[in-house]
Amino acid sequence: MDYAISVHDLTKVFGSFTAVDRLSLNIKPGEICGFLGPNGAGKTTAIRMLCGILTPTSGFGQILGYDLIKESEKIKPHIGYMSQKFSLYDDLTVEENLSFYAGLYSLPNSERKNRIKEMITMAQLTSREDEVVANLSGGWKQRLALGCAIIGRPSIVFLDEPTSGVSPTSRRDFFTIIQKLANQGTTVIVTTHFMDEAERCNRIAFISAGQLLAMDTPDNLKQSAVEGFMVELDLPQAIDQIDRIEQQLYVRECSLHGPLLHVLLDNESNVKELEELVGKSARPITPTLEDVFIALAKKKRKQVVR
Amino acid sequence: MSRILSVLKKEFIQMRRDRLTFALVFMMPLIQLLLFGYAIQTEVKHIPTIVFDQSLTNESRELLASFSASGYFDVIKTAKNYAEVNQAIAVANSIGLLKSQEILAQKVQFQGPPYDIRVRPWYNPDGITAYFMVPAILGIIVTMTMVIITAVAIVRERERGTLEQLLVTPIKPYELMIGKILPYIALGYIQITVALVVAVTVFDVPIKGSLLELYLLTLFFITASLGLGIFISNIAKTQMQAFQMSFFVMLPSILLSGFMFPRDAMPQFIYYLSAFIPLTYYLDIIRGIILKGIGFQYLVGQVTALLVFSIVLLIVSTLKFKKKIV
Ligand SMILES: Nc1ncnc2c1ncn2[C@@H]1O[C@H](COP(=O)(O)OP(=O)(O)OP(=O)(O)O)[C@@H](O)[C@H]1O
Ligand SMILES: [Mg+2]
Repeated sequence: MDYAISVHDLTKVFGSFTAVDRLSLNIKPGEICGFLGPNGAGKTTAIRMLCGILTPTSGFGQILGYDLIKESEKIKPHIGYMSQKFSLYDDLTVEENLSFYAGLYSLPNSERKNRIKEMITMAQLTSREDEVVANLSGGWKQRLALGCAIIGRPSIVFLDEPTSGVSPTSRRDFFTIIQKLANQGTTVIVTTHFMDEAERCNRIAFISAGQLLAMDTPDNLKQSAVEGFMVELDLPQAIDQIDRIEQQLYVRECSLHGPLLHVLLDNESNVKELEELVGKSARPITPTLEDVFIALAKKKRKQVVR
Repeated sequence: MSRILSVLKKEFIQMRRDRLTFALVFMMPLIQLLLFGYAIQTEVKHIPTIVFDQSLTNESRELLASFSASGYFDVIKTAKNYAEVNQAIAVANSIGLLKSQEILAQKVQFQGPPYDIRVRPWYNPDGITAYFMVPAILGIIVTMTMVIITAVAIVRERERGTLEQLLVTPIKPYELMIGKILPYIALGYIQITVALVVAVTVFDVPIKGSLLELYLLTLFFITASLGLGIFISNIAKTQMQAFQMSFFVMLPSILLSGFMFPRDAMPQFIYYLSAFIPLTYYLDIIRGIILKGIGFQYLVGQVTALLVFSIVLLIVSTLKFKKKIV
C-alpha cells in the first residue's frame, strides 16, 4: 500500500448541483493534508465521501487499501472523524464520552482505562473528567472531540474545520497535537479557513466550486500557483487606492494585507509603471498563501463566468 | 458485543439524566390513571330523569316515588308522548329513561314479583366499569411512552449531529438498534409496575390471573411498541415529525383497539384494520389475565401476533437503517 488515500474522479451531485466535481487525490501515510477553499466549495462533502458515509455519484478509490464503495464498513475501524458540526454528547461527561467511543472502537478492556487517561491528558482536560460536556467551552470541547476521534488509534483522521470558533492559543495547541499525531504515522486530513494552519500542512488541496484547483506543498504553491509578479506597497490610506490600482491594465490583483497592499503584476517590467502611478517604491515579494488563495479563487470565478 | 454494551451504557446514562423521560415514566401512569380512572369510576347519582308514565295508576306513582327516593334519579320532567322523550334525549340533558307499563297495576293484584324492571343503559351497553378500563389505560400508557421515546431516539441524534459521528464508527445497525432498545424495555417494565401499583392500591383492581404471566407476556407488547417507535425514528427527518407520526399512530390505537368501543361492533373494514394495532392484542392479554384470570393457553394467538409485529418492525427498521447520511 503506497497511499493511505487514493481516489479518482470522485463526484457528488445533489439534484442538478455538482458539489464535488471529479476529485482525484493521492495522500501518503503520515501526511498532513489541508483542504482549503471558500464556503460551499465542497470540502465537507468530499470528506464525507472519503469517510464512507456519503455515497459518491461516480468515481472510485481506495482508503487504506480497501475499496471506498464496496468496503466502506471495513474502513471504519481504521479512521477517525471530527465533523464540522459539534457532535459530542452534551449530557455525558468528558470521561463518559471517551468511554463510549472506546467501546465503539472495541478497545480491549485492559487498555481502555489507560487510553482514556491518555486522551484526557492530550486534551488537557485533567481534573475535568467528570464535568458534563455542556459546561465546557469551545477549545476544550474541540480537543475532547479530537480525543473521541482518535481514541481507537486510527490510521487516518478526518478533521472538518476543527478549529473554527476557538481562541488563537487553543488553535495553536490543537495544531501541535495534530503534528504529533502525524509524526507517529497518522494521516491527517484537515479543512481550515486559517492561513497559519494551512502553512503547517505538508500539502494543501485548494478546492473551489467542487473542483481541486491545486495540490502542493505551501512553498511550491507560493512559488508557482500565482502567475505574475508580486510586489508589496506601503501607502497611506491604502484601502482607498485599491480601485485606482486595479484599473491599470497590467495589474491582475490588488488586495489588502494588514496595512500593506499586495499587487500582482503581469510581469517584472510593470514595476516601474506602478511606482510612477503611486509615487512610492514597490518591493518584490513571494506571494503569501492568502495571495495564492485569492488568485486561485478568482481564476476559478472567471472560468465559471465564461 | 463491546459496542452494544457501550450504546446500552450510554443510553442508560442519558435516560437517567433526562427529566422528560423520568416524567413520562413515572408521572404519566400516575396522572393518566387517576384522571381516567376516577372519571369513569365515579358512581353516577342524581341522573336527570324524564318519566314517561304510560299507566298513570297508583302503583306506578308509588314506583316512581321510590325511584326518586333512592337518590339516583332526579325526575326533572314528565313526558306525555314518545316524541317528547326522543327530543329530551337528543338535546342530551337527560340520560335515564323510565317506562312503566299499564299492565303493572294488574300484576300487583295477583302474584309477585310486582314489577318487571329492565334497565337498559343505551349509551354504555356493556356496563363498562373502572375494572374494565384501568387495565386498558395501562396498556395505552405503556405503548404511548414506548413509541414516543423511541421515535425520537434516532432522530434526536440526527438533529444533534451525533449520528454523523456514529456512522463513521464501526458500529453495525443491529448493534445500535439492540443497544437503543434494551434500556427502554427496562423502562417499560418500570412503568407498568408503577401503573399496576396504582391500579391495585387506588382502584382495587383485583388481579385474578398470574402476575408472572402478565409480566412475561407484556414483554412482547413492549417490544412491538418499541419496534413501532424505532420504525418511526428511521423514517422521520426531525423530532417534530417523529412526534407527529407517533400521534398519528396512537390515535387509531386508542379508537380502534377495543379500548373505547367493542371490536365486535365495528364495521368489517375497521375490524380488520384493528388487527394491525398491537394494542388490540394486548387489551385481550391484560384484560384476560387481570379480570378473567385466564392463562397463556388462551392467549397464544395474541402473543403470536405481538411477536410477529416486534420481529417484522425491528428487522425492517434495522435493514432500513443505512450507515449513510442522506
Ligand atoms: N445533502 C445535501 N443536499 C443538497 N446540497 C448539499 C447537501 N450537502 C451539501 N450540499 C451543497 O453542496 C455544496 C458544498 O457543501 P459543503 O458543505 O461540502 O461545502 P464546504 O466546503 O464544506 O463549505 P464550508 O466551508 O461552509 O463548510 C454547498 O453548496 C451545499 O449547499
Ligand atoms: Mg464544510
